[in-house]
Amino acid sequence: MAYSDKVLDHYQHPRNVGSLDKNAPDVGTGVVGAPECGDVMKLQIKVDDQGRIVDAKFKTYGCGSAIASSSLATEWLKGTHVDAAEQIKNTQIVEELSLPPVKIHCSVLAEDAIKAAIEDWRKKRAAVAGSPPNPEQQP
Amino acid sequence: MKTPVYLDYSATTPCDGRVVQRMLPFFTEQFGNAASRSHAFGWTAEAAVEEARGHVAQLIGAHPKEILWTSGSTEANNLAIKGVAEMYRQKGNHLITAATEHKAVLDPMKRLEAQGFQVTFLPVDSKGHVDLAQLAAAITDRTILVSLMAANNEIGTLHPIGQIGALCKQKGTLFHSDATQAAGKIPLDVEAQHVDLLSLSAHKMYGPKGVGCLYVRRKNPRVRLVAQMDGGGHERGMRSGTLNVTGAVGMGEAARICSAEMAVEVPRLRALRDRLQARIRAALPDSVVNGDPAACLPHLLNVSFPYVEGESLIMGVKELAVSSGSACTSASLEPSYVLKSLGLGDELAHSSIRFSLGRFTTEAEVDFAADRVVAEVERLREMSPLWEMVQEGIDLSQVKWTAH
Repeated sequence: MAYSDKVLDHYQHPRNVGSLDKNAPDVGTGVVGAPECGDVMKLQIKVDDQGRIVDAKFKTYGCGSAIASSSLATEWLKGTHVDAAEQIKNTQIVEELSLPPVKIHCSVLAEDAIKAAIEDWRKKRAAVAGSPPNPEQQP
Repeated sequence: MKTPVYLDYSATTPCDGRVVQRMLPFFTEQFGNAASRSHAFGWTAEAAVEEARGHVAQLIGAHPKEILWTSGSTEANNLAIKGVAEMYRQKGNHLITAATEHKAVLDPMKRLEAQGFQVTFLPVDSKGHVDLAQLAAAITDRTILVSLMAANNEIGTLHPIGQIGALCKQKGTLFHSDATQAAGKIPLDVEAQHVDLLSLSAHKMYGPKGVGCLYVRRKNPRVRLVAQMDGGGHERGMRSGTLNVTGAVGMGEAARICSAEMAVEVPRLRALRDRLQARIRAALPDSVVNGDPAACLPHLLNVSFPYVEGESLIMGVKELAVSSGSACTSASLEPSYVLKSLGLGDELAHSSIRFSLGRFTTEAEVDFAADRVVAEVERLREMSPLWEMVQEGIDLSQVKWTAH
């Protein structure tokens, strides 16, 4: 299969590979996919008080297109507000990376990973807001 | 060293230079039709084809008259399976094969099944072997054919075809073996191994593409086939069509060279394969060798690399021409049915590479291949969430995945 130059570039020089502290209250983690399907994506975002994504990291087990889709997603997420990030569609990833039809599921997975990470962060934030003030966090 | 390094000899081999030299005159000066009986052009072509037939027969311990030329192994398998089924339908309607056979055996079997035949697809164990007791139990008085390959194309596991042949002979059923991967690579003897039909392909043994053979036993018992190609009645009426003279000459020369050099070639390839395996396993001790190391083609190594995905790995080692055990690259996104038949977990089946070495593989190429694969596996593991989870002590089998 011929890969587009952009897929090859992301595969050879993936952006933002790594991990954030999944227990931190300002970090949202999304893990989607399954080993038996041949791809698992972990996407993490670190969000500031204004809801702006200040950092994004990924790790992906999957084909070159899956790696490229998640690498591209982290690039797009950094500096974006979560509300805008939630609007990212898999079709934009398909277009940017020129993914062939057989690889569209990689872009779907990336979209799912973004949504899962944001949902995780929202849940954490709701839990923090809803819980009584933590004495340790008092100045 | 030239890159990419070719380590996909099980997919196809280059023509040996000696084969090409032998073929060349038959494209131009000696272009006759081997079926032309009225002039020297035809006689020359026929003599060359018959000499080639003799070389192929010698490679497998057959009589030259038992060799039919075909377009390759796929045709030979189709002719053997469908031809026997049609010929022996009055005797019975049951055929037996195994889950790990090539598609060129499985798909003709499935077509017969759709036409009302009964087909038993035997399972295999974790090394790719069928259980001979299970095979014996599956054979009934309605069984007309057992088809089991000599060597598996993905994992290299060798079936004990001598034992299978003896069993079939004792039970009175015909035995076909797809020897595409084995012929020219390991000794075969259709007499000693009681094989009734055997498929071979030229391009897997340093001959040209587009030509192959089907061995059809002539006596004890005499095997009859219904032709699947009707026409001029070539090849004793079993396979009509003007003979591919250049192809046959090439296959004959390829077979002759394999017979002559096998004793030297096999230990050389086995040593290279073992070297490749040792180098990979030393650096990546959790890599898994698939198949049966005790009964394997000498030149084939199939390895799974846990926590990295096969297609991305192959993409990363672009200086190597290897193939993925996973069929992802062929757009089906399913892991290899052969590896799944072994009971391999999906993540292992998704992560395998088949290295197949050949006549022109060097030690330097093997070392280069091992180093490149190890480096790429390490790079991809740094990117792999599965590897990270395992390092954190998470049992992947206990994780709730979101299958898609």
